[in-house]
Amino acid sequence: MIVTIVVELDDKPGQLLKVIEPISRMGGNIISIVHDRHRVTPMKKIPVEFVVDIKSDRLERLIELIREAKIQVRSYNEMRLLATESFLLIGHIIHTDLSDTINTIDKTGFAEVVEARITMPKLDEPSTALITISARGKEEMRKAVELLKEVCERKNIMVIEPLNDDLV
Amino acid sequence: MIRIAILGFGTVGRGVAEVLSMKRDMIERKIGKYGVVAIADSRSSISGEFSLLEAIAYKEERGRLPYDKTPRELLDEIDFDVLIETTPTDVKTGEPGLSYIKEAIRRDADVITSNKGPLVVAFSEIMEMAERHGVRIGYEATVGGAMPVIKLVSRELAGNRIFRIRGILNGTTNYILSRMEKEGMPYSQILSEAKEMGIAEADPSYDVDGIDAGAKLVIIANTIFNISASLNDVKIKGISGITPEAFRVAGEKGYTIRLIAEADENGRLDVSPRLVKLTNPLAIYGTMNALLVETDLAGEIFVIGKGAGKKETASAIISDLVDMYGRNNRSG
Repeated sequence: MIVTIVVELDDKPGQLLKVIEPISRMGGNIISIVHDRHRVTPMKKIPVEFVVDIKSDRLERLIELIREAKIQVRSYNEMRLLATESFLLIGHIIHTDLSDTINTIDKTGFAEVVEARITMPKLDEPSTALITISARGKEEMRKAVELLKEVCERKNIMVIEPLNDDLV
Repeated sequence: MIRIAILGFGTVGRGVAEVLSMKRDMIERKIGKYGVVAIADSRSSISGEFSLLEAIAYKEERGRLPYDKTPRELLDEIDFDVLIETTPTDVKTGEPGLSYIKEAIRRDADVITSNKGPLVVAFSEIMEMAERHGVRIGYEATVGGAMPVIKLVSRELAGNRIFRIRGILNGTTNYILSRMEKEGMPYSQILSEAKEMGIAEADPSYDVDGIDAGAKLVIIANTIFNISASLNDVKIKGISGITPEAFRVAGEKGYTIRLIAEADENGRLDVSPRLVKLTNPLAIYGTMNALLVETDLAGEIFVIGKGAGKKETASAIISDLVDMYGRNNRSG
């Protein structure tokens, strides 16, 4: 899974290593590091944002290790930096094997369905699912969406895409 | 004096005639003296010296104008400087408006139209013809009613690179989707209510299947991106499959659903229902239209307004007229 970890570092040499070292030890792959000197905290610390690809069962241990190195972890597991989008599916979602639909995305290796909510209406009426896909980047997201649309078209499910790059 | 001919005397044509009559003083201060020298609908007409208000009253009482001359015969006989073309839209053939517009250009007259058909079918042809003849084409009224769109992207935002536009270009579908969101009622029920209220046509397919929005998107995209797209180039998906549950599920995540028309500089042309964050400016309600323009210099520009209606469409037509003939317009 891909996670974003935000830590607060002192403005002195060697700090970055204290975070990178445990990531490497836990087999994590660093996708990006954003080091923002313009957003110094009131305690004169610098927030640094890591995007890491790591096995999900190792994330908690990684956070522990970083904290043991006396680094303050401000937040983690927010998938802010990578592409995450939600889609609405309308149709006979269950009858057409929802897990197969989801697997199509998960199998890619570069994108996964991180959330799925399904509502079941009356018998034989179309059901609705909101699925959230996370991908490694925009291009991967685009490919995942194409796949999703292909599968859903075959299964006669309507896909409602989000307006990406939403303004806040 | 500016000699105006009006072809098409339905709601829009009469709305324009009304404004030209009622607001004469105000408009003449801007563009100088004008007169409507001819009006025609599909089978009847009036020309020469006549009162605009009487012509409107005649048409409203009897469903026609006093004389039998057709628009075609009229175009041959009268001299005019500008054609205001408000005949019904046919997005497949562009007719009859397309022939009238071409004929007016051949006679070196400017054209102002509220009719999407001719521009969807023959945008580049009309623009090239107009350029050869040195005449101007005003078509603000074809998109988004009174909302400034065409002049906004081609004039006000001149000097900008426009990356992408996204809009809600059909009031009927937005009305239906808004009510589905707020009231949780099924599509079919709201559609039949909308028909009773005159918001949806008896045959609503033109609106709910996304064709109307697609036609407007073609016109905006051709204007901005200098392409000659037609309706066939737009990927269109309508709103009829959307369920009240879909709104409920979307709402739990902070989204609603709207029919969004989108075009970008890479040639994407798409009309489809989309998940829209409730905080997005495009999450608008009722019969309103809106357009979000993304540019390099000006950033994001958002316009919203009434997308249809007699007065609103007249507003856009008069705006084109003043734009063409205004005394303060350097380009005029």
